[in-house]
Amino acid sequence: MRNFTTLLKHELRMLLISPATYLAAFFFYLIMGLLYWSILRDMVATAQDELPVVYFFKLFWLPAFFVVPLLTMKSIAGQRSDGTLDALFATATSHGSIILSKFAGSYCFYLLLWIGTLCFPLITLFFFPNVAPPEALLQNAAVTGSLVFIALSGFLFIAIGIFASCLTRSQLVAGMLTFTALFAAIIGGSQIESLTDYTAQLNPWLEPLANYLQVFQHLDDFSRGIIDTRPFFYYLSTGSLILCLATLVIEAKS
Amino acid sequence: MEIPPSIRVDNLSRNYGKVAAIRNVSFEVKRGEIVGFLGPNGAGKSTTMRILSGLLPAHSGAARVAGLAVSEHPHEVKKRIGYMLENNPLPEDMRVAEYLRFRAKLKQVPGRKVRQAVQEAMEICDLARTARRKIIGTLSKGFRQRVGIADSLLGDPEIILMDEPTIGLDPHQIQGIRQLIDSIRGRMTVILSSHILPEIERCCDRVIIINRGRIVACGTSAELRQEFLPKSRVDLVLRGNPEDLLDTLKTANIQAELISRKNSESNVGECSLLLEDAALCQSPELLKILNRSKLFSLISLAPRHPDLEEIFLAATKRSWEETIEKSRLPANNPQKDN
Repeated sequence: MRNFTTLLKHELRMLLISPATYLAAFFFYLIMGLLYWSILRDMVATAQDELPVVYFFKLFWLPAFFVVPLLTMKSIAGQRSDGTLDALFATATSHGSIILSKFAGSYCFYLLLWIGTLCFPLITLFFFPNVAPPEALLQNAAVTGSLVFIALSGFLFIAIGIFASCLTRSQLVAGMLTFTALFAAIIGGSQIESLTDYTAQLNPWLEPLANYLQVFQHLDDFSRGIIDTRPFFYYLSTGSLILCLATLVIEAKS
Repeated sequence: MEIPPSIRVDNLSRNYGKVAAIRNVSFEVKRGEIVGFLGPNGAGKSTTMRILSGLLPAHSGAARVAGLAVSEHPHEVKKRIGYMLENNPLPEDMRVAEYLRFRAKLKQVPGRKVRQAVQEAMEICDLARTARRKIIGTLSKGFRQRVGIADSLLGDPEIILMDEPTIGLDPHQIQGIRQLIDSIRGRMTVILSSHILPEIERCCDRVIIINRGRIVACGTSAELRQEFLPKSRVDLVLRGNPEDLLDTLKTANIQAELISRKNSESNVGECSLLLEDAALCQSPELLKILNRSKLFSLISLAPRHPDLEEIFLAATKRSWEETIEKSRLPANNPQKDN
């Protein structure tokens, strides 16, 4: 992994100095803040079955559809189109290091954004202590489980974004590819499940596969404190496989 | 003991789909030599440079850089090469010093030497005082080229490859780049491609001309002049008709050809002659013959050495003619293919 550390530091530095990062973060927190406020308002108005934090993290798909393409589309496609990727290849840097550093940079930022959302319940507790009891706003098991899910699913989502960015020179096309692939990964599981109702007899292997790909079910399990190893295997192995494919793609295209 | 060449290329070929970018390219570059790589657009210069730098694999043939086979040790080769890519891609939003520090680290310059290496490269390229803290996106084309060259100098590489370092620069900036290349003469082996032929002629010890993926000429300017344009040229200014000049030379048994003429209103004409006898333009004999003539009066006569542009045109023209000839051969003599 030649030059991985140098490249990762560079990626993080570039994220920190880029105005686009702050713009993305601003809109992320604005939208997620409004959603959190809306969840709290509903909770105060009517009794809810689940904790606000669980409701909040169930909306993970909404920022995933927009933040992941925004974070990853520039990574390889942008550098390929302006030629700076070739400048990287001209040094003794391995292709794997380049892909991993891009992935790690975007993944760190993605996690940081989500960890930052923990400020919402803290702000609520500090400024509006009467809205809900502290244990309802910040239940350890629910928060930890949801964040573990966000970290796991983010691993796959960011890997998809990096792979899409390797396929094309156009950032716009990379963004659209990422959006489509994420849509398939998040919504596709539930669609396959609905298919199994009709085709279970024809394809007996389809039902376990559909259960395996239920992203929303994974979040439910994690937020209840159920730590299942299958989602770990699913997200980490698929994400790693996609990163390997991304490395092969840039090797073939260089 | 014989010193091994810095770069040795044997029968290198590379295709893009069905199109051959380079075919059986072979050449050598000695240690410390500055070599100009010339060729029209699409001739295969950048492809050859990319193969030498380990960026692109060759489909056949062998390239050895600093004694190492590029196909077997691409990473080792990359450590020994400073490569300035075509169009000099640079990140727009980084500062010059910051970018060079990053590149130095990528080139595995030891941590404690990074600052010194960057400072040296910036001083050689005259960036240290003027552009050190500037954002690359705000730099002029000339300074951007300097940043690209400074990057290629980082890590003290044995060999520097520069793909069109002077493209888009004004004459002052070109002169600056030429001085910069002069400053590393002898210390490093340099291959540079350019379309600015006078610059190549002034900078380079040797020239390699490539056309349609094949090396068509290789040597010093004098050697290439001798090979491609052996006849001597003379520029004349005379009062009278240049046709009379040819008659006079014919009478004196001198084989000559009028290659250009320009008449002015006052009957004073400028013309260029091509003389079969190369030694004639150096001898006073020609001047005597022309002065004796009463058909015209000679105002000035100056021998003209063909510049690299003319050599380049002659070499590429010859290669085009050879290509056309070869493509006709199978049609005329189909039995030769068997």
